[in-house]
Amino acid sequence: MKGSFRQSMAWLHTWSGLIVGWVLFAIFVTGTASYYRPDITRWMRPELTRAEPMDAPALGAAAERAVAYLQEHAPQARSWFIALPQPDKPVLDLFWRTRPGEPPRQAMLDPRTGAEAAVRGTRGGDFLYRFHFELHMPPLWGRWIVGICAMIMLVALISGIVTHKRIFADFFTFRRDKAPRRSWLDAHNVTGVLALPFHLMITYTGIMTLALMYMPWGVTTAYRGDNQAFFAEAGLVTTPRPPANRPAALTPVGPIVERALATMPETLERLSVVNPGDANATVVAVFEEPHGLSHQHPQIAFDGVSGETLEILGGGLKPAAKTFTVMTGLHEAHFAGTALRLLFFLCGLMGCAMVATGIVLWSLARLPKANERAFFGLRLVQALNIGSIAGLPAAVAVFFLANRLLPADLAGRAEWEIDAFFGAWIVAALVPLVRPQRRAWCEGLAAVSLLCLAVVAADILTIPGHPLRLTGGGDPLFAWFDAAMLLLAGLFALAARKVLRYEAPRKESQRERSARPEPAASPVSPTRAPVRQTEPTHA
Amino acid sequence: MASPARITPAERASVAGRIVLAAGGGYGVAALATAFLSLVLPLARAEAVAAATLLSFAVMAGIVVLVFALRTLLRATVAVAGLAGLLGLGLWLAMRGLAP
Repeated sequence: MKGSFRQSMAWLHTWSGLIVGWVLFAIFVTGTASYYRPDITRWMRPELTRAEPMDAPALGAAAERAVAYLQEHAPQARSWFIALPQPDKPVLDLFWRTRPGEPPRQAMLDPRTGAEAAVRGTRGGDFLYRFHFELHMPPLWGRWIVGICAMIMLVALISGIVTHKRIFADFFTFRRDKAPRRSWLDAHNVTGVLALPFHLMITYTGIMTLALMYMPWGVTTAYRGDNQAFFAEAGLVTTPRPPANRPAALTPVGPIVERALATMPETLERLSVVNPGDANATVVAVFEEPHGLSHQHPQIAFDGVSGETLEILGGGLKPAAKTFTVMTGLHEAHFAGTALRLLFFLCGLMGCAMVATGIVLWSLARLPKANERAFFGLRLVQALNIGSIAGLPAAVAVFFLANRLLPADLAGRAEWEIDAFFGAWIVAALVPLVRPQRRAWCEGLAAVSLLCLAVVAADILTIPGHPLRLTGGGDPLFAWFDAAMLLLAGLFALAARKVLRYEAPRKESQRERSARPEPAASPVSPTRAPVRQTEPTHA
Repeated sequence: MASPARITPAERASVAGRIVLAAGGGYGVAALATAFLSLVLPLARAEAVAAATLLSFAVMAGIVVLVFALRTLLRATVAVAGLAGLLGLGLWLAMRGLAP
């Protein structure tokens, strides 16, 4: 590259950041929300109220009911997945796939009767969680795109660190009252540097969660491409058993559940039944992760015909495999309690802010001079910035709103919610194209604020058991969720107000130029102190 | 950065070449390194594969930085091709050693 190492890294940082900035923003926002995925799901299924934990015979009987339902509705499926009822989610959540390539099917049953539970159709927090790494695309495409963006993010982080000559000093620098571009740059630096360990960790561990898909070559050479053999040998899954292609009746799962519960101290999370109806059927009991960083579920495999215990997996991984599970665990933060989870959530928000300020900075650094027209690329970037930074939060708010307002018995309700999400996002992305830029920012941010308020209003009006409607009762979850929404509404209202009152950048750049007559200090110059002119960064 | 008017076609080509080299070469070297280390690391087979895969994307990030840091595209190409050649040779030997 021309110029010094640092200059080439600055160039790399700017352009790699811009190209994937919008996708990264979406990944960061949905990923940050996913720290509260179970809570969001619970909020979106208000019909389910917390229940007392079930004892072993009751759990066994519930599992029997799930199997009876699946034997009737999915006899051909190669595997059944049965999530057992938990205090937070007191239903049997069934999942199966009849043939490879066919969309998976799902059902929720009342654990006490085995009938389909009366729950509104919704994907809940799982929609945001899957969007985080699949972008609501065909999984293979979505995962590759997210992986490429994550890799570019890693490169942008490394080059961003190199670009920072004064990474420590910048940590304490926030020039609010200086030129707007300077405070945007400082905001980018603060959010980037303050949470830098988190950003590096989350990016690398994120790539690692799907590493065997992105980088299968180790398994290709050492295991001839057999992922399951690798997982089994590393002690991550129980040894797979191929079907015998001879029919045999499945043993009752109730006693299996009771034996599994007697073997492991952890909570029993789900059962997988592989090759049901085959002589080689396997029932795997999967438990909640024990306390610790590592993301590894203890598992017990049972023979599905005789009921014998085949294999018990519970910890004892070797170092590299353990590192793998710790990386996944760190990324998903299942280990985190309330306070640590909040810290992860805040770091995630800082990641959102880092990406957002970064892409805004790109367009600010290229604002036209007083007598020039904005070039097409700049206008496109500006519109996309508004469409993602205000548009995505608006879409998420509409998603929540649709959950409360769509009739509960609507056919294909879960898809309607997702359509509402994308409909809102498309509108929010198209409107800025025809509005003046500052107006569009202000309107977009104000719209998000109003939508968040609407979510709170809809929640209070449609949930009979809302804590604000019952004095001293109701599930506090609703109050917490609404409080978070109010906080977001306030933040976006504040941002809209700032934009409204903010001096037009064009005027600002003129003022800057008249104050600093030398041509090199025109608006395309470096944004920090003039001493840095020889090594411009971020522009 | 220089203003858009000062970018010559040669520079554009050089940047495009670096992007292709960083993406393709970076992934290629990382893939070769993963395959090679999976076979030769003195660990149990599953451990070697896990360790090699854990390192893979750090290798790729290093190659990307290298490609953009070297002074000319030619040097960067030579460096990446040299690394890929060495790793490829190592992999070939390791695989021959596996299947005599």
